[in-house]
Amino acid sequence: MKLYCLSGHPTLPCNVLKFKSTTIMLDCGLDMTSTLNFLPLPLVQSPRLSNLPGWSLKDGNAFLDKELKECSGHVFVDSVPEFCLPETELIDLSTVDVILISNYHCMMALPYITEHTGFTGTVYATEPTVQIGRLLMEELVNFIERVPKAQSASLWKNKDIQRLLPSPLKDAVEVSTWRRCYTMQEVNSALSKIQLVGYSQKIELFGAVQVTPLSSGYALGSSNWIIQSHYEKVSYVSGSSLLTTHPQPMDQASLKNSDVLILTGLTQIPTANPDSMVGEFCSNLALTVRNGGNVLVPCYPSGVIYDLLECLYQYIDSAGLSSIPFYFISPVANSSLEFSQIFAEWLCHNKQTKVYLPEPPFPHAELIQTNKLKHYPSIHGDFSNDFRQPCVVFTGHPSLRFGDVVHFMELWGKSSLNTVIFTEPDFSYLEALAPYQPLAMKCIYCPIDTRLNFIQVSKLLKEVQPLHVVCPEQYTQPPPAQSHRMDLMVDCQPPAMSYRRAEVLALPFKRRYEKIEIMPELADSLVPMEIKPGISLATVSAVLHTKDNKHVLQPPPRPAQPTGGKKRKRASDDIPDCKVLKPLLSGSIPVDQFVQTLEKHGFSDIKVEDTAKGHIVLLQEAETLIQIEEDSTHIICDDDEVLRVRLRDLVLKFLQKF
Amino acid sequence: MDPECARLLPALCAVLADPRQPVADDTCLEKLLDWFKAVTGAGSSLLLLQEHPCLVELLFHVLKPQDLSSRILSFTLRLAGIFAAQENCFQFLQGDPSLFVASAAGQLLVRVLDLALRGPAEGHVCPQAWDWPACARKVVCHLEDCLRSEAAPRVTQALHVLTTTFGHCHGLWTQGLWARLSPLVARLLEKDPVPAPHALVDLLLSVARSSVLSSDPGLWETAAQALSRLSPTQAGPLAAGILKLQDCPQALRIQAFRILLQPLAHVLEAAAQGPGAPRLLEGAAGDLMAVDTFPPSRSACVGLLCSALAHLELLQPLPQRPSPWPQAPLLAAAVTILRFCNGSAAPSSEAGSRLCTMLVGCVRVQRAALDFLGVLSQGLGPQELVTQVFAILLEYLVSPDSSPTVLKKAFQATLRWLLSSATPPGCCDLEPYAQLVLGELLAVLQKRLCSPCWEVRDSGLEFLTQMTRRWGGQGSFRQALLGSEVPELTRQLLQDPESYVRASAVAAVGQLSSWGLLAAPSRPEHPDVPQKTPLEELLLVLTTDSEGFPRRAVMRVFTEWLRDGYADVAKDPEQSVAPVLQAASRDLDWEVRVQGLELALVFLEQLLGPLGPSTAAPPGALTQALQALCRVQLFEFALRSLFDCDRPVAQKSCDLLLFLKAKATPSGSQQEVGDGPNVASVEAALRRWQAGEQGQPLGELAPETVLAVLRSMDLEALRDTLAESSDHVERSPQSLLQDMLATVGVLGDNEADCY
Repeated sequence: MKLYCLSGHPTLPCNVLKFKSTTIMLDCGLDMTSTLNFLPLPLVQSPRLSNLPGWSLKDGNAFLDKELKECSGHVFVDSVPEFCLPETELIDLSTVDVILISNYHCMMALPYITEHTGFTGTVYATEPTVQIGRLLMEELVNFIERVPKAQSASLWKNKDIQRLLPSPLKDAVEVSTWRRCYTMQEVNSALSKIQLVGYSQKIELFGAVQVTPLSSGYALGSSNWIIQSHYEKVSYVSGSSLLTTHPQPMDQASLKNSDVLILTGLTQIPTANPDSMVGEFCSNLALTVRNGGNVLVPCYPSGVIYDLLECLYQYIDSAGLSSIPFYFISPVANSSLEFSQIFAEWLCHNKQTKVYLPEPPFPHAELIQTNKLKHYPSIHGDFSNDFRQPCVVFTGHPSLRFGDVVHFMELWGKSSLNTVIFTEPDFSYLEALAPYQPLAMKCIYCPIDTRLNFIQVSKLLKEVQPLHVVCPEQYTQPPPAQSHRMDLMVDCQPPAMSYRRAEVLALPFKRRYEKIEIMPELADSLVPMEIKPGISLATVSAVLHTKDNKHVLQPPPRPAQPTGGKKRKRASDDIPDCKVLKPLLSGSIPVDQFVQTLEKHGFSDIKVEDTAKGHIVLLQEAETLIQIEEDSTHIICDDDEVLRVRLRDLVLKFLQKF
Repeated sequence: MDPECARLLPALCAVLADPRQPVADDTCLEKLLDWFKAVTGAGSSLLLLQEHPCLVELLFHVLKPQDLSSRILSFTLRLAGIFAAQENCFQFLQGDPSLFVASAAGQLLVRVLDLALRGPAEGHVCPQAWDWPACARKVVCHLEDCLRSEAAPRVTQALHVLTTTFGHCHGLWTQGLWARLSPLVARLLEKDPVPAPHALVDLLLSVARSSVLSSDPGLWETAAQALSRLSPTQAGPLAAGILKLQDCPQALRIQAFRILLQPLAHVLEAAAQGPGAPRLLEGAAGDLMAVDTFPPSRSACVGLLCSALAHLELLQPLPQRPSPWPQAPLLAAAVTILRFCNGSAAPSSEAGSRLCTMLVGCVRVQRAALDFLGVLSQGLGPQELVTQVFAILLEYLVSPDSSPTVLKKAFQATLRWLLSSATPPGCCDLEPYAQLVLGELLAVLQKRLCSPCWEVRDSGLEFLTQMTRRWGGQGSFRQALLGSEVPELTRQLLQDPESYVRASAVAAVGQLSSWGLLAAPSRPEHPDVPQKTPLEELLLVLTTDSEGFPRRAVMRVFTEWLRDGYADVAKDPEQSVAPVLQAASRDLDWEVRVQGLELALVFLEQLLGPLGPSTAAPPGALTQALQALCRVQLFEFALRSLFDCDRPVAQKSCDLLLFLKAKATPSGSQQEVGDGPNVASVEAALRRWQAGEQGQPLGELAPETVLAVLRSMDLEALRDTLAESSDHVERSPQSLLQDMLATVGVLGDNEADCY
């Protein structure tokens, strides 16, 4: 059993598991932090961004000045943003049989895999995952295609040139794998390969293994996966949460008794408690708005935003903010808000019960009805007519490199009355802000990451007790900035196996058993013999039939009837001869009694030696050796067949036959 | 005992002795015991028993083995104890499985011992055991057996009995008892593990506190042995108790103090980055051992730290606290603990990492450490440590992870440190460093006042109120505050959905505006809309708020404003007070009404001067004052309040009118005023109010009428009646006995129904 690790990002995993005869890809996350090295794509012509000086080497060589620009003291690539793909060379991806998706954030690389690697298998995911994943992809494609950029920079990626660049470009990793965004056509084609599944549904893969999605509590439709055969069980834990937010709670019990538990997708900010962060978010929002300032919340169009809107729904009246407009701007804003209301069966219990009242499960419906929350596909069009300040704007992309958020950063960045509040934990907020510096606007970092923290992980592992834990290397040591925080790492026994990008792990466990079915008529013919109380044995002669990874013992064909010789023998009739079987032996030889028996039968000068595995009985006179071990007995004598048979019969006296 | 009770007693005793009768709840029995205590206190219990043979019968009856409930058994034992306190006439029992019975039996034993030994022992220095009466010898033998027993519950019980004995009895005979039993107690300390450690600690402290026994040097040896034998967690209370004693050997005090300091010393040691770091305990070898013996489990470690912090916190202000008091290392330890708890400590040692993992995010330790840090503000510290104190407090105040309770403690500790940092002591100006901190504090406060968690908003407002009370007049504070959003946010919180927050906002607004820190900001978007004055805003809260807390707060603010001469009120007190009194008089909350009368009293004092030796006010002033009082309709409020269904209101009103009467009486003469028709109508109205008809208004009152009414009323008698608790009838023993019998009566009915 092997694990091929195609991504080093702990929360955007992409691993391939080879288990029995199947090749299973677990998630295909897309690392978008690479876009932080690119200049933002402004929706509205920005004189500042379009007139940046080109970057030149220390010696004045300016051959890169078209590709690299200096902005706010940093160097950025002036090109269409590119993403860091999972490793494609480590394993032939056309051999992947299935891809299991655990949540909508972990499928963003899917079009790259399904459309460009010769992949011919099936993708499994839950319905909300697919629908919301589609929204995220659609938004991404839209954001990037909306601002066409003729140029694609590639010169700087040359290894020799990259070495000369300033940080962080110099240190950017795997730049050769960076690719431009896919197209909507590729998205549609990729999504068409997905087969929808429901929680706890058992899916047979080629009869060899069974895969089952379990609720993981992190997002709408998010799942962990069980991959099991008859005698082995691998659990794949991706983004999971034990907090009570909107999704169905996490199913922990089904993870019990795993041989291997692959653990990914823990919280990225283990020191930030989501509840405290929501409080911080609300306080800062209120403070800004009361002061007459605007609040910008860079976010994804689905996920935490639902919970934030719910908190604000409860908070705004009490904080006296009822008159403040909330804007949600995304090409998929409308679909996202509506989708969230129709996936009732995937929601937490409280929200499910609302549906029967009937009430919309999320209170943002009421915010929309009362005109407190308004949503628009983009800043162009209706929004510009309705726009009223001070206000709160939720919009993407959290990297601040594309999407409507770029416009608001340019618009509001100069006033200290305004605040940008970062809630998505995927990007370093300081790096995200780099091309906008100097900034008068206040910046608040309230990362809300509801995924498991290390205390919860340690409880979970104690509860489900896997034999082995496999996780990204980042989880096996404290964060580099807090090296003394031994509480911020996975702590389990035996210690977790760690992986890093482009590594192949041999999972520490051997398959020992295979299930074989026995046909009823064959079973009928068996004559078990009890050799110990409760243990019966029977010999069986049968034909082992293997098809679709299922093994069946069938009765042997009857011995060929003597035929009249008329029929010609067909090849298939040429069955193996079933020889008369020798009886099987069991039991052990008590050495003392055996020696006595030998003496009784006239052997003398017997010597017994103890060995590591048993005993050697030496018949010195006859120059013969009887080697008795736990599972074998050898009689070694010099070409004296009569003596050997005599000794053999004496040995057999001590053993049972059946 | 009054005859009515004497008549009911036999019936009650019969009920108590009857196992079939369900006895009323334990409270009744407790009350009954209290009553017997009072009765025996007043007279001889022997006489009582002679007069009421039913009591003796009850006691004898209980001694027979039978199916009595443990409640009755324990009641009877305690009753016997009460009698035994005077007369030695009872035998004992002990070892009942019921905790209450055992405890009652234990108390009885103590009484018996005391009684048996007090008489003969008086005058003797140390009576020998063979002199003791038989019953005392029997008790002592029993205790000795228990102390030798291997069964922990028996040991515990004996220790409890001894603790009570030495706690309550201070006769010289206790010396003999201790001399006889102390070797057994010392032997307990040699066992591993030490049995009944908590009871043992209690006993040792009880002995140490006894004036008769504390001179015994053996005691201190045993205590020292206990300190070294018990685990740090068990020894903590003993150490703290020893340090609180007025005098005990210095060596023991040092040993005890070390026990309390050890956990903190361990924390400092674990966090130390190198030599030169502050240390609490000298002597490296001992300390290193302590590091190893620090509890391995998180809960034990947290428990030990919390109790050490709590003990030290209690010790700090005591005059007999250990000297020299290691203020600087303690300060460093408190700061370090708080750093471990919020994850900002970066220890390099393994012990440090372990501690970090155990303490990080632990709210209990955070609270204890913040309390302790606050108490330490009473001592001085080196400047760099004080800087660290403010830094860590700010970290806690800023951190979104601080829980509401931790935040409240952090606010309290910050305030204490700010208060202590005023230089020189007593000066109200903030130290330059504290002024620097202030800017950051106000920024934090601003955010906290917007918190979605009401507890946080509430403690933020309390902090603001206290800060303003202290530094409202101080230049740099005023400047910083006026430069922030805080005053405006505070004003907005008057509309908070949570009533506690509104109440705190009222207090804060009151404090801010009395220092002129709530100047109405010009609203650029609505320049024409006049902003309400704080006075109007608070009046609005008083008249419209649906909850009591904010309205009570408003009354307190108005009273304070009037008393302190707040400008807006002082320029026309009558005008300001009138609407407040009117609103208060109609309020449904009795506390608001009491506060209203308090406000009225302050108003009166300002008009007529405080109550003093020369109480009477000059006639001219009196007339003017009375007219003013009539205009603000104070009398109607006060007179109505006399018959308020809530007693405190009536009492307050009575006090107010008595004050007025004292001011008025000598000046006004009978002839001048006379009994006009108005007086009769007022008195008629008063009678109707007394009868419960509240609707009738009093109408316009003339000052003369008021004086006449006051004179005609027997306010002194009314005050005495009101001073008696309203339930004095229900609380009488007679009522108790009747109630208990009545519940039994119900049972009788039920039985009849069955047939």
